[in-house]
Amino acid sequence: MELCDTPLHLLHERRVKREISTEEIARSVLERIESVEATVNAFITYDPGPVLDRARQADGQLAKGENLSPIAGMPIALKDIFCTKGVETTCGSRILKGFVPPYDAAVVEKLAAQGLNLVGKTNMDEFAMGSSTENSAFGPTRNPWNPQCVPGGSSGGMAAAVAAGEALAGIGSDTGGSIRQPAAFTSVVGLKPTYGRVSRYGMIAFASSLDQGGPLARDVTDAAILLEIISGADARDATSSSRPVPEYARLLKTGAEGALKQRKVGLIREIAGRSDLHPEVAAQFAENLQTLASLGAEIVEVSLPGLEHAIAVYYILAPCEASSNLGRYDGVRYGLRTDHSENLERMYKNTRQEGFGAEVKRRIMLGTFALSAGYYDAYYNKAMKIRELLRREFAAAFDQVHLIALPTSPIPAFRLGEKLDNPLQMYLVDAFTLPANLAGIPGISIPGGFTPGGLPLGLQLLAPHFEEQRLILAAKAFEDATPYHLERPQLG
Amino acid sequence: MSGQSQMEFETVIGLEIHTQLATQSKMFCRCSTEFAAPPNANACPVCMGLPGVLPVLNHRVVEFAVRLGLATHCKIRLDSQFARKNYFYPDLPKAYQISQFDRPICENGWVEIQVDGNPKRIGITRIHMEEDAGKLVHEGADRRATYVDLNRAGVPLLEIVSEPDLSSPDEAKTYMEKIHSLVTYLEVSNGDMEKGNMRADANISLRPAGTRELGTRTETKNINSFRFVREALAYEIERQREELLAGRPIVQETRLWNPASKSTFVMRSKEEAHDYRYFPEPDLPLVTIEASWLKEIEATLPELPDAKAQRFREQLGLSAHDADLLVADRRTAEFFEAVVQEGADPKRAANWVMGDLAAKLNEDKTTVTDLKFAAGGLAELIALIGEGTISGRMAKTVFDALYETGQSPRNFVREKGLSQESDTGALEEMIDQVLSDNPHQVAQYRGGKQKVFGFFVGQVMKASGGRANPAIVNGLLKKKLA
Repeated sequence: MELCDTPLHLLHERRVKREISTEEIARSVLERIESVEATVNAFITYDPGPVLDRARQADGQLAKGENLSPIAGMPIALKDIFCTKGVETTCGSRILKGFVPPYDAAVVEKLAAQGLNLVGKTNMDEFAMGSSTENSAFGPTRNPWNPQCVPGGSSGGMAAAVAAGEALAGIGSDTGGSIRQPAAFTSVVGLKPTYGRVSRYGMIAFASSLDQGGPLARDVTDAAILLEIISGADARDATSSSRPVPEYARLLKTGAEGALKQRKVGLIREIAGRSDLHPEVAAQFAENLQTLASLGAEIVEVSLPGLEHAIAVYYILAPCEASSNLGRYDGVRYGLRTDHSENLERMYKNTRQEGFGAEVKRRIMLGTFALSAGYYDAYYNKAMKIRELLRREFAAAFDQVHLIALPTSPIPAFRLGEKLDNPLQMYLVDAFTLPANLAGIPGISIPGGFTPGGLPLGLQLLAPHFEEQRLILAAKAFEDATPYHLERPQLG
Repeated sequence: MSGQSQMEFETVIGLEIHTQLATQSKMFCRCSTEFAAPPNANACPVCMGLPGVLPVLNHRVVEFAVRLGLATHCKIRLDSQFARKNYFYPDLPKAYQISQFDRPICENGWVEIQVDGNPKRIGITRIHMEEDAGKLVHEGADRRATYVDLNRAGVPLLEIVSEPDLSSPDEAKTYMEKIHSLVTYLEVSNGDMEKGNMRADANISLRPAGTRELGTRTETKNINSFRFVREALAYEIERQREELLAGRPIVQETRLWNPASKSTFVMRSKEEAHDYRYFPEPDLPLVTIEASWLKEIEATLPELPDAKAQRFREQLGLSAHDADLLVADRRTAEFFEAVVQEGADPKRAANWVMGDLAAKLNEDKTTVTDLKFAAGGLAELIALIGEGTISGRMAKTVFDALYETGQSPRNFVREKGLSQESDTGALEEMIDQVLSDNPHQVAQYRGGKQKVFGFFVGQVMKASGGRANPAIVNGLLKKKLA
């Protein structure tokens, strides 16, 4: 296995023992980018220039015997939704082309404090709206396991980069599954933390009450390392939690053996019989449940009747918030401004007409409509009530079980263009991920097998608020018992 | 004449007053609220609405809202909520204003105003917290260039919405003055009208006298002084009356007051009214207030103008009129009290503070906090009059000196030799001289021409260099001429 395909924590162990250098690791990643990026298109902004220098700097510190963070100098990517001081940040949109933030997102600051070596900003569905990364203004990203297929979305660039060895790990964002679903489609680990665990400051808003940043990584340990770094209270985000951050990475030092012993794992009754559940997904999921059982877990049925409304609720609330969040892109202060408008109103309209893609416009219209006088109670208010109901149903379920297990996505990766003309079908892809966002609870997607045709599948675990440790320990136990995470895509 | 034209109307007015809060920093970021800074000097990524930024509430704003809420007998909501008010305008960087909608922090209160000497309660519907927008600066001869200054964007405001309880422009003005008085007493706002610290929008409608149903209303915006509230309302009431008398229905619309032309004009019709698409602000948690904190704030409220006026009437013997005038401005009231504390007679002190001092301050556009002298100075001046050392007329000169230079009145009188001549011996000498110098006039007076008496007084005053005590001169003259 090449260095660029190796989990970050293992590389760190080897460099500490002087078996390899950070520079060699960085070279391996850069070479991989050279060979596959033309096919994958994982990055919007990619700057190899300073990557080797920063790697050598880490080696210098290592040579002086300094205690180095596992991520110091390691090539890491960021979804292009995070503001990076001095580095163009587009959120996958034409309307932000040329926008260079004067400040770093909280997540970026925290990574920088540990020696971040940013290799690039990854591709995404415009403003994180989408499940395939086809809604990017910068061209679609392709799935490294099959370039005819999408990598999922909206953090598709990030997931593809990690899967293809173009970055060792990275940070994405998840509003309705945007970390977990692409992680499942590309056989990497994706963790959506509890709402409030990671500061949203500097992460460009899509739907403020649902957005949450989190890691995409090669294995559970790498995800835990990154989660620990980016978590914690932030005075600039009033919705961030002041709960102390557990030492997620240390948790795994002693191994996850026995993590599932005599633990109850919930199986959602309402999901089992769904007609939209792909048979290959259902079959693999059944096998994964057996694996969990073999690790000592007791599989218990739980009921979440509110789940059938989750998609409807999500596709009201998220567009409502988005329609407001995206009002600021008006051409007045930054980003795109069309230069052929006869008056202010035309300038607003032309800029937004040319700057936004079709899906973004669709959601702005949906949200604007749902918030309009006379419709607010029927849509927004009702959706909020069902959201609260769903939250309570989850709480009740977690009174009975330790974790809930379900497939990350009802279907495996689909072909490029397949669902572009049918937005409703595209929305259904999020059915199993967005409930966690509505409830604010944490979820993880881990490599959970392959279809007979060789497309990756994900196993998703959900836990109660701020119980990321449970997710990490259980996921690690599953990972140790299965070979899926060791597979790598063969590109070119 | 038709019956219609003889119709009597009554006026129904409700005011929405926006008052800028006296916080050091903005509502949702740490930028300074300093006035007149260079354009965009006080603008950070948060108040510029850059992608990815989030608001964090300045808790002083909540404290100020609660102070005003308690002072206006409002019910304080212990879990109020911010909401987004969405609209496009270049001075609004996020395309929404963070405000409050269906869960404002204060509701259902009242204030009392004096109408023709009788108290009248004006209901307060609600008080809510919101952020100000930026400012557009138009430049060039044809005003083709427009710049955006975001120094004001995010400055905290309270919006105070009254019930439609006001029945005349005068009442509206009195009410606005009352709110101004309250916010300055509570120190939640500097109340600086010149800097736009207080602005009002007025809802006005007319209805046939004696009827209950409200007529169609118009809203008049951009009223930023006490004078304008009276002028704008008077104009709008007359406009509506003429429309109604002419048999034309009132059109529900938003109008703008133009102080230069002293008239209102249509800003937008009902059809053009915005749909603000309010919804709860997801970036901010509920504003929760502990009952204990509420008690703490209540305990630290200062004496409010109504209570102070009552005390001035009952303890200092001032008239209701004087007391109300004095307490309107907290700093003036406190200065007055300090003068009394220094031993001055309350009635005389009130006259000086409301008279000569107020006139000077008004002329110089300044306030009692910027005086060159302390309360003791004015008390000393009042004492000099009381003990007869100086006359009322001299007092004006002494006061001018006190005001301009802050010099102690007693020293000033001594230095300038200004003290009044009350010594009967000296005055008798002067009178004898005047009488002997003017035998013709003495004869006239004795012959019954009373008017000449004033001439003698004038001559004595002249001889004394203006220092003669006029009361004593009068008495002595009468005796000598008898």
